[in-house]
Amino acid sequence: MSIIVETFDTLAEAARAIGGDGRYLGGGTLVMRAANYGDQSFRRIIRVRDQGLRRIAAAGDRIEIGAGATMADVMASRDLAFLEPVARAIGGPAVRQMATVGGNLFAAHPYGDFATALLALDGKARMADGRETPLEELLARRDGAGLVASVSIARPRDGEFRFRKVSRVKPKGVSVMAIAAWLPGAPGRIAGARVAFGAMGPAPARARAVERALEGAALDESGIARALAAATEGLDPPDDPLASAWYRREVAPVHLRRLLLEDGRR
Amino acid sequence: MARTPISFTLNGSTADLFVEGGENLLDALRRGLGDLTPKYGCGQGACGTCTVLIDGRPQLSCLTLAEAVAGRSVETAASLAEGPDLHPLQDAFMEGFAAQCGYCTPGMLMAAKALLAENPTPTREEVAEGIAGNICRCTGYEPIIDAILAAAERMRGRAA
Ligand SMILES: Cc1cc2nc3c(=O)[nH]c(=O)nc-3n(C[C@H](O)[C@H](O)[C@H](O)COP(=O)(O)OP(=O)(O)OC[C@H]3O[C@@H](n4cnc5c(N)ncnc54)[C@H](O)[C@@H]3O)c2cc1C
Ligand code: FES
Ligand code: FES
Repeated sequence: MSIIVETFDTLAEAARAIGGDGRYLGGGTLVMRAANYGDQSFRRIIRVRDQGLRRIAAAGDRIEIGAGATMADVMASRDLAFLEPVARAIGGPAVRQMATVGGNLFAAHPYGDFATALLALDGKARMADGRETPLEELLARRDGAGLVASVSIARPRDGEFRFRKVSRVKPKGVSVMAIAAWLPGAPGRIAGARVAFGAMGPAPARARAVERALEGAALDESGIARALAAATEGLDPPDDPLASAWYRREVAPVHLRRLLLEDGRR
Repeated sequence: MARTPISFTLNGSTADLFVEGGENLLDALRRGLGDLTPKYGCGQGACGTCTVLIDGRPQLSCLTLAEAVAGRSVETAASLAEGPDLHPLQDAFMEGFAAQCGYCTPGMLMAAKALLAENPTPTREEVAEGIAGNICRCTGYEPIIDAILAAAERMRGRAA
C-alpha cells in the first residue's frame, strides 16, 4: 500500500484535510507503527510544519501547552515542573523525544497517562477552529473530534498535584492504571478535588464519586475512607493482557490510598 | 508510487534520496542510503535497536517519517568510530563484553551517546533509565551499564 504524505504550514489547513482516509501525524509513535504494520484505515498522512504547536506558555493561573509539545519538551519546561514525573513515566528517552501531548489525548488504552494528568488539572482543549472543549468531553468522544491546537490546564499550588503510574515493568512499562489528582487545599482540608484514572476504561476518566467523597476531607486514614470505598464507582476497567478488570478494581483503592496519603509527603 | 526527494545531513555529510510515501527513516537509511548500522527489531518502538540521534536527540528511526527529517541532522552508529579509532563507548563495550549477538548494540550506543552528551556524570540508575527503551536479550544489561559508566569516566578524563 502506498501512503501519500500531505504537509501543511498551519493546523487550520491540516484540519480541512483530515477525515476519511487522512490521519494526522503528531510525533508518530502510534501512527507510524500503524503504517509500518500495513494499517488499511488510512491512506494519507497529514502533517504540519508549524513549530508554534510546541509552545508552552503560562498565563495567569493557567498554562497553555501546545499539542505538538513532546514529553521531552514538558520535562524541560520550568512552568511544568509538576508534570515532569508524568512525562518521565511515558516510554523510554527516545519515545519521550517523539510522543506529543496532542497524540496522548488520542492514544488508545492502555496509553493516555499524560491525558489522565491533564484531565485532573481541568484541561481544556483548544481546537484548530478556535473552539474550546473540556477534555472530559473530548476524551469521551474522540472519534471525529478534529485537531487539537493546545491544551490549557490549571496551575496547581505546591503539593496540590499528585500522579501515580502502576506498571509491571520498570522504569518503562505501560499502565495497569494511572491516577492523577489535583487536591486544592492539600495538605489541609480538600476543596474542589479533581481525580482521574487512566487505563481504567476506554479513555482516561474522572472519578467523580471519589471527588465528592474528598470534599472537605482531611488527608488521613479516616478522612479518605469514603473516597477509597468509591474508588472505581463509574469506571469501566477492561480485561487486557496486563491485568483483569477484577484485579484493576481490587487494587485501585490501594493505589489511591498511597497517592492520597504517601505521595504528598516530602 | 509517490516518491519525494529529501535532503538531510547524515553523519556530517549531505544525503539526498527519494523516499516513498509513509516510508520510515530506518528503511530510508538502510535501503535508500546503505547505512546498515541501525537495525530493525520490531518496527513499533518497543526494542530500540533502530535508535538514531536527530539533531542530537535520541529517536526511533522506525517510527520517524523519513520526510520529516528533511533539513535536519541524523547520526547513526556509523558516525562513532573515527577511521581505525573506536569511540570510547565502543571500546568500553568491547572490553566489557557488553555485546554478545550485537543486535541491540547500535541502538544502545546511540542511546548512551545521547545520555552522556546531556549528563556526563550519570549514576548507575541514570544509565539504566537512559537505556530503558532499548531491549537486550543476551547480556542481562549489567555489562552494558558497566561499559557506559566506564566510557563516561574515560570521556571525562579526555575532556579534562
Ligand atoms: C515503546 C512505546 C512506549 C509507550 N509508552 C507509553 C506510556 O507509557 N504511556 C502512554 O500514555 N503512552 C505510551 N506510548 C504511546 C504513545 O507514544 C503516546 O501516547 C504518545 O503521547 C502519542 O503521541 P504521538 O504524538 O506519538 O501520536 P501519533 O502517533 O502522532 O498520533 C496518535 C493519534 O493521535 C492523533 N493526533 C495526534 N496529534 C493530534 C492533534 N494535535 N489533534 C488531534 N489528533 C491528534 C493522531 O491522528 C493519531 O490518531 C508508548 C508508545 C511506544 C511506541
Ligand atoms: S525497530 Fe524501532 S524500536 Fe524496534
Ligand atoms: S547483545 Fe544480543 S540483544 Fe543485546
